[in-house]
Amino acid sequence: MRHIISINEVSTEEIDDILDRASAIEEGAYDPDLLNGKILANLFFEPSTRTQMSFVSAMFRLGGKVINLGSIEASSIAKGETLADTIRVVSGYADAIVLRHPKEGAARLASEFSDVPVINAGDGAGQHPSQTLLDLFTIRQSFPLNGINVGFLGDLRYGRTAHSLATALSRYGVIIHTITPPGLELPPSLTHDLLDTGTKIVVHEHLEDIIADLDVLYVTRIQRERFPDPGAYASVASGYRVTPEMLADVSDRFILMHPLPRVDEIDPQVDSMPCARYFEQARNGVPIRMAMLQKVLV
Amino acid sequence: MKRKPEEGLLISPIRNGTVIDHIDGGEGLSVLRILGITGRTTEELSVATNVGSRQMGKKDIVKIENRELLKEEVDRISLIAPKASINIIREYQVKEKIGVEIPSEVIGVIKCPNPGCISNANEPIQSSFACQKRGYRCRYCDTLITRDIAAYII
Ligand SMILES: Nc1ncnc2c1ncn2[C@@H]1O[C@H](COP(=O)(O)OP(=O)(O)O)[C@@H](O)[C@H]1O
Ligand SMILES: [Mg+2]
Ligand SMILES: [Zn+2]
Repeated sequence: MRHIISINEVSTEEIDDILDRASAIEEGAYDPDLLNGKILANLFFEPSTRTQMSFVSAMFRLGGKVINLGSIEASSIAKGETLADTIRVVSGYADAIVLRHPKEGAARLASEFSDVPVINAGDGAGQHPSQTLLDLFTIRQSFPLNGINVGFLGDLRYGRTAHSLATALSRYGVIIHTITPPGLELPPSLTHDLLDTGTKIVVHEHLEDIIADLDVLYVTRIQRERFPDPGAYASVASGYRVTPEMLADVSDRFILMHPLPRVDEIDPQVDSMPCARYFEQARNGVPIRMAMLQKVLV
Repeated sequence: MKRKPEEGLLISPIRNGTVIDHIDGGEGLSVLRILGITGRTTEELSVATNVGSRQMGKKDIVKIENRELLKEEVDRISLIAPKASINIIREYQVKEKIGVEIPSEVIGVIKCPNPGCISNANEPIQSSFACQKRGYRCRYCDTLITRDIAAYII
């Protein structure tokens, strides 16, 4: 049995396999009855629209069924049941578990108590492997991952999607460019880990210094809570907002990504530009999650 | 008794038990803590703190009567006293000397510093850290402890 807890534990061959499966699925090459008779338990201890809905959609498209946790207030969790007990019980009701939980390491714990495969759909500030896989998939739809120049803009200190993507990309010999406000740089331990893999990291003060050389720009949200007052937030955030003018000099194959939901980070006028890929990116959640469900359930 | 132990008065001779020598100065109490020996112990023990040592400048020594440390207990000590030497005493004689070894995994010994970590919630699991090049990494939340490990001992 296999769980998918952290992208760091998925081998490069397996990542490539999941991306290949997703490509095939996207072209319609899948059996809509493949998971007929299988049940997925969606355990979302935290609200999530996209991840939850796209797992349901993925399961339905493969002919499987989904059961839910229902409202937490009315459940045994509200009575103080441990996650370990919930998992032990639910793993008797389903063939796989998808878990979203506010505590870091919750999915690892679940994998220790579950009789069926567990897929981590986000554990607090920790891992969210299906997001990373759909990010990689979105890039690979445009060009191969090897050796590309990827820019990360915004909050790289707390942004877990950026951390996981940068770590996964480090296996493909990419060059990482960072553009962040002071105080929101990559955490030193992650920088160390990336440098250890031989990845080149280039720190830039302004997006305009590097934009023309990028293949990908991955934009992350700068959260209001990170700043002492609304004024400080507004002045920083406005400097990191992507506008059509900032994208004037991009290369022909350049793509712009964002994990969504976006607030002010990307001007809506950018949406109609050919490089804007964030809505495709979100849509890619379905084929990627179909490929992941195939992997753990077949 | 064939030979008088060198620390004479500071550490009086024991008949059977364990002497942990060459603990970094000041870490003796942490060593006790790691062994689960707390203030209310029934164990017969003595601790000498910051005694002069030719090799180490200052060192601590812990002596526990009638208890022979197990290999896994010895390994835990490596977290805070990597230079320690463990002497098993039988009939007043040093019968066995064990050097500490850094274990690949430390289970149930350190509390994860991340308050959001599931290992700090009310769950039936023990904390678990992998020993890596740059420090100890939490099995659950990936937090890396790079220094002052004694401060996190449960
Ligand atoms: N019977 C004993 N009671 C208490 N401490 C002892 C006894 N025998 C040896 N020791 C202590 O155990 C440690 C190791 O002893 P030994 O092997 O003689 O010396 P060293 O390791 O310094 O060469 C020393 O700190 C010594 O004082
Ligand atoms: Mg000596
Ligand atoms: Zn932890």
